[in-house]
Amino acid sequence: MRLAAAFLAFALAVLTVVVSRPAMAGPYEDALAKFTTESYADTDEGLGLLATSGNPLAVDIVEALADGRLLFNADAKTVYVKKADGSLIDAATGQPATGVDEAALKPVRANNRVRRAIEAASGALSLMNPDPAKRLAAAQAVFKSRDAAARPALETALSRESDPQVKAALASARAAIVLNDSASPEADRIAAVDTIAGAGNQDALALLQNVPADAPAGVKTAAASAVASIQHSLAIWDVAQNIWYGLSLGSVLLLAAIGLAITFGVMGVINMAHGEMVMLGAYVTFMVQEAIRTYDPGLFDASLIIAIPIAFLVTGLIGVVIERTVIRFLYGRPLETLLATWGISLILQQAIRTAFGPTNREVGAPSWMSGAFEIGHLSITYGRLWIIVFAGLVFLALLGTLRLTRIGLEMRAVTQNRRMAASMGIRTNWVDAMTFGLGSGIAGMAGVALSQIDNVSPNLGQSYIIDSFLVVVFGGVGNLWGTLVGAMSLGVANKLLEPYAGAVLGKIALLVIVILFIQKRPRGLFALKGRAIEA
Amino acid sequence: MSHPDTTPGARPPALLGTQGAIFLAIVLGAAVLIPALNLLTPAGSALHVPTYLVSLLGKYLCYALLAMSVDLIWGYVGILSLGQGAFFALGGYAMGMYLMRQIGTRGVYGDPVLPDFMVFLNWKQLPWFWYGFDWFPFAALMVLVAPGALALVFGWFAFRSRVTGVYLSIITQAMTFALLLAFFRNDMGFGGNNGLTDFKDILGFNVQADGTRAVLFALSALALAFGYVLCRYLVRSHFGKVLIAIRDAEARVRFTGYRAENYKLVAFVVSACLAGVAGALYVPQVGIINPSEFSPANSIEIIVWVAVGGRGTLAGAALGAVLVNYAKTYFTSGVLAPYWLFMLGGLFVAVTLFLPKGIVGTFLDWRSRHAEAEPDVPGATPKPVA
Repeated sequence: MRLAAAFLAFALAVLTVVVSRPAMAGPYEDALAKFTTESYADTDEGLGLLATSGNPLAVDIVEALADGRLLFNADAKTVYVKKADGSLIDAATGQPATGVDEAALKPVRANNRVRRAIEAASGALSLMNPDPAKRLAAAQAVFKSRDAAARPALETALSRESDPQVKAALASARAAIVLNDSASPEADRIAAVDTIAGAGNQDALALLQNVPADAPAGVKTAAASAVASIQHSLAIWDVAQNIWYGLSLGSVLLLAAIGLAITFGVMGVINMAHGEMVMLGAYVTFMVQEAIRTYDPGLFDASLIIAIPIAFLVTGLIGVVIERTVIRFLYGRPLETLLATWGISLILQQAIRTAFGPTNREVGAPSWMSGAFEIGHLSITYGRLWIIVFAGLVFLALLGTLRLTRIGLEMRAVTQNRRMAASMGIRTNWVDAMTFGLGSGIAGMAGVALSQIDNVSPNLGQSYIIDSFLVVVFGGVGNLWGTLVGAMSLGVANKLLEPYAGAVLGKIALLVIVILFIQKRPRGLFALKGRAIEA
Repeated sequence: MSHPDTTPGARPPALLGTQGAIFLAIVLGAAVLIPALNLLTPAGSALHVPTYLVSLLGKYLCYALLAMSVDLIWGYVGILSLGQGAFFALGGYAMGMYLMRQIGTRGVYGDPVLPDFMVFLNWKQLPWFWYGFDWFPFAALMVLVAPGALALVFGWFAFRSRVTGVYLSIITQAMTFALLLAFFRNDMGFGGNNGLTDFKDILGFNVQADGTRAVLFALSALALAFGYVLCRYLVRSHFGKVLIAIRDAEARVRFTGYRAENYKLVAFVVSACLAGVAGALYVPQVGIINPSEFSPANSIEIIVWVAVGGRGTLAGAALGAVLVNYAKTYFTSGVLAPYWLFMLGGLFVAVTLFLPKGIVGTFLDWRSRHAEAEPDVPGATPKPVA
């Protein structure tokens, strides 16, 4: 009897478990049960349950349903997923199903309402995708669609999310739905405004500007003030972005002008061929890359690093040759050096055109120069970042050369008082040649950097020469710091003017400003004082 | 420098002198002879000058006047303007606007008032700055006023602030570069990139006709002659002496009590007006004016013409302009075309190195060394120090 009772109890327990399994198990199993009733309303409901179930199998179920591969046995209340190869998988366990009578299976059917539910469910499921990047994208998609149907899934996802970035995106998306849901309490909607305002980007701005007309006044007021504050902060970010572009342009100007600051500023030679030295540097980069492509493609990422010293030596050497053959006969006649060097620039341009053809040459970017990253709302490309870094390094190196080395000392001595320097035993001729070579070599290094952002053609130098002279004159001749400040302020001013005036008008305005500035300070920002200026 | 021009108490040189007389004889002779050979001889004749050549020579003469305008300020005042092309182009645009208005309904779109490019841009009415350009006297006035006013404003600021030497050169270059960018814009209302072209009539005469071309050539020659006499008159007057003194030692002139900036300003404005006239005569003969005339490279090239001919000699500037442009036409049209820039560049270098006084200056030096001091050696070949 005892045994019988025990058996009965066991049997009952088993029975209870077996019978009540669908009822007792979680939302996933409930959802599966809904698919076996052959009712669209139940299927719809089942999808909703599925989406919030968090079961890893849910994705497969929704996909199978969308493709008509979800089968069910109405009597056994079991659901199967038919795979592409025809095999069946038990939806409840995810294990291959064996011994199933396929004839008794029917596909779960879908109408338009169910299909919409499928879409919402798959969106909701991707909110819980194991890959954070996918979750983020899904959250942003909901933020844009503001689909109220996704709200339960969002809230489930929000409660389990651990990644702070995704969590913020989910919260924004939820807030976007709440804000536009006229059924939500006013306090919740105002809180939603605050959450959206926290995102602070263009999308948030658009959302807040389009608060439904029937929203309570409190919500509207909160949205309006949030819009104002976002616009304010976006305007600041915009200015910051323009300043970044400006610094980038300024560093390009600095690279182009700093060699000129040596030849023009220190030596008083108006070197119109300076732009061609930049152009030659770019062509050296091209040739280095060609050689690397031919002999050792693996070195391609190092091509710019290799090109820098070669460009410096090649253009520096050409500079020394020009100084020895032409410039040295023209010292003290700055306006005539202008003519002679203009002639040299024509010859160099034509020589390159003859050798390489008039068309643009392709200079590739190494992998470390491509791509971008974001700081706040600032987008920063690696290419521009490296050019700024490079310009800074070149500036420091030049400053160091002039300040700390023997040749730098001699250069400064010759600049300040040629005769006295000669009396002290400095070979002024040699110093002249080295100074001109240094200025030209720096232009060549600038060419390596500019080959990354400009077309490498024989006319490359022409587009920089006017700007470079303006930078040097604006900053003050004979002062490297002046060149730095001049380049950066012209670059930033240019980019700040552009949004208001357009690129061309902005440039014109800048030229006029520089012309007027020169009237005010005829010797530039940082003028040399003393006798040197009258010489 | 002990030049006849600058020696106190010396007999002032004649207005023209031998050199000037020769120059004027050549220019005025050409003004009569070339149109005559074009119009009065039959096409097959050995003496016939074809019309294209008349226009080409006319273009050279405009360049010669332009070079002379540069020589007036560079050779005699020491202002190296790298923006002279801007004044030339402004004069050219003023004339071009007149010629555009003369097209009338013969344009592609047949609009009686609006030039084709404005119809193309869907403009409804003529911008205010185009008013009056259908009336020739107004356009002719603008040929002088537009460049003159720009030079006045620019020079007034620059000379008062004592911007000199290289700084002045750089900002004149910035000025013409800014104008280049501005005229490239379609919104400016000057035809943008394409400029003004497709001209039909000037004062009722067909610009393509032989007779009109011949007259335009003669007018260019007369303008050059007039420009020469005007510049000669200016530089040999008391005013011109002050200019030369400013070139050689501006600070000393100022300490002597002269307002150097006013002298420079007058010379600068006169020079700009001459350049404007040259541009105005250039446009109908070439048939187009576009923003590339503002390009800084063009202005630098003008400097080379003057340097080749001889800075501070006036006639030399004109000679340099004609020679360099003849060489350019000759070389760029033949098999040597790819080498033209080598030659032009080489010319720049060679002239500055070996011929700092240019052809005429070197010749005058040579003659004064071989002959007795000429009473009328023209003014003041500048010392090579710029």
